[in-house]
Amino acid sequence: MGLTMTEKILAKGAGRDEVTPGEIVEVAVDLVMTNDVTAPLSIAEFKKTGLEQVFDPGKVVFVPDHFVPAKDIKAAELAKIMREFAHEQGTLYFEIGRAGIEHVVLPENGLTKPGDIIVGADSHTCTYGAFNCFSTGLGSTDIAAAMALGTTWTRVPESIKFVYYGTLPEGIGGKDLILHTIGLIGVDGALNSAMEFTGPVIDNLSMDGRITMANMAIEAGGDTGIFACDDKTRAFVDAVTDKPYTAYDSDPDATYARIVEIDVTNLRPVVALPHLPSNVHAADDVDDMEIHQVVIGSCTNGRLSDLREVADVLRGRQIHPMVRCIIIPGSQEVAKQAHKEGLADVFLEAGAIWSTSTCGPCLGGHMGILAKGERCVSTTNRNFRGRMGHREAEIILAGPQVAAASAVLGKVASPAALD
Amino acid sequence: MQYRGRIWKFGDDIDTDVIIPARHLLTHDPKELAAHVMEDIDPEFSKKVQEGDIIVAGKNFGCGSSREHAPIAIKGAGVAVVVAKSFARIYYRNSINIGLPLVECPELVDEAEDGDILEIDTTEGAIINTRTGKEYSAKPHAPYVQEIVNAGGLIEAVTARVAARKASATA
Repeated sequence: MGLTMTEKILAKGAGRDEVTPGEIVEVAVDLVMTNDVTAPLSIAEFKKTGLEQVFDPGKVVFVPDHFVPAKDIKAAELAKIMREFAHEQGTLYFEIGRAGIEHVVLPENGLTKPGDIIVGADSHTCTYGAFNCFSTGLGSTDIAAAMALGTTWTRVPESIKFVYYGTLPEGIGGKDLILHTIGLIGVDGALNSAMEFTGPVIDNLSMDGRITMANMAIEAGGDTGIFACDDKTRAFVDAVTDKPYTAYDSDPDATYARIVEIDVTNLRPVVALPHLPSNVHAADDVDDMEIHQVVIGSCTNGRLSDLREVADVLRGRQIHPMVRCIIIPGSQEVAKQAHKEGLADVFLEAGAIWSTSTCGPCLGGHMGILAKGERCVSTTNRNFRGRMGHREAEIILAGPQVAAASAVLGKVASPAALD
Repeated sequence: MQYRGRIWKFGDDIDTDVIIPARHLLTHDPKELAAHVMEDIDPEFSKKVQEGDIIVAGKNFGCGSSREHAPIAIKGAGVAVVVAKSFARIYYRNSINIGLPLVECPELVDEAEDGDILEIDTTEGAIINTRTGKEYSAKPHAPYVQEIVNAGGLIEAVTARVAARKASATA
């Protein structure tokens, strides 16, 4: 019987020839990551083990990104605990001003290689499935255990195969594909499963589009969202690392819990209305929904191609007078490139806010908190109640083009409504 | 372990942002977090909940963020056990890791009402709703997970392993 790519990667991590869905295995990890919100607890728990050194400083990475640049004294102290521990242990560490959002920074730095097993104390660690990694989010104590032992336990997930076929319409991107998928299967539609994204549409999709899709696997309850490694993957990875890697592909006779076939030919730009990512509707079907804020950025849609799409919409236009539009690059590298290409000028001329890289408003940390009754269109990943501020505020998830068009029109809209 | 407590009933897809909003993630102190538990669903919950109470919820409890602050806040508020139709994976692990018992039992959730008193034996996986007298069986943990529970939590299990490794290295 054949194996899925997820089963092969976990078998490699367990030092075995094969593993079976449902069984629990202990696997060696290739990278362990935490951020400023989750690291202090991981560090405190790690210290309880009686160990003085993490298992391998070259495989442990800390990225301050959630509440930084520090929003207040407590946030500054959380970041300080992490910074000092990282320096004392000699682990990998990415300081603000030279880095950015963890899930943008790690791939840029060649730390997410095909076939790797990566765990992070952040639920969107599933992002690296775009690079053919088995990568998944865990809590702080699980990460402390991984820092101590260099291993973690996992239940081998069943795989669900998603096959995207048909002709992808102009202006439809990774965000539309993944929101449409979550709308189809629900926020627990892939609970305890690996989502394997395949098909001719995926073959033609950019790496940035794949990253956006993998990033939101957790919004369907998935352990990970994984893609095969192809020429696009190798071009990305080989440009940023010279370390060797082994990619894993699923066997033709691999077993899937379910196969979901999706014809993309008639897809329209979509949004997820409050308060679940599965509440998906075509943007143009949403009638006169007035908005007050737009957030563009995050680990979901803060990459260069996202910003290029936004600039294409905003060029020569103005943000609606009643809207604050906050644009946040995913990393310093993205910011630098956005300046070189003149994208930042487009944003500033349009009347948008151009921030330094941070998770900031996505989780209601800082840099754009919503008041009671306010509504925000956001390229982030969660629209749960209270996520971005007041419990009676509303978040509408969208891709970069819909977010930019909405910012101009002052209501939920697709770029088609601009003409 | 045996528990007896009053139910606070919640719906499906209770996410970690409503269990403990990110604006309170500046600490991992259980009591500080407990003061805000569930506040975006019910701002009065932290004042109403009593030591030994039980949360009963629908499917996919704890979905969303990996924040371990969520089960820490619930445990810090005195909640003894969380019963749900299903749990989101990261929340499930976090809860086990910090020693907050959880029980999967869809049938009980459907039939329980807010304010009911439950008796739960987590060792036997037996639950009784004292209002109806009906008995339920909880889905057992995988043996690997049960070992973490038996150790009192993940760091306790890891610490024992590290100590055993050190002992065998010096023996």
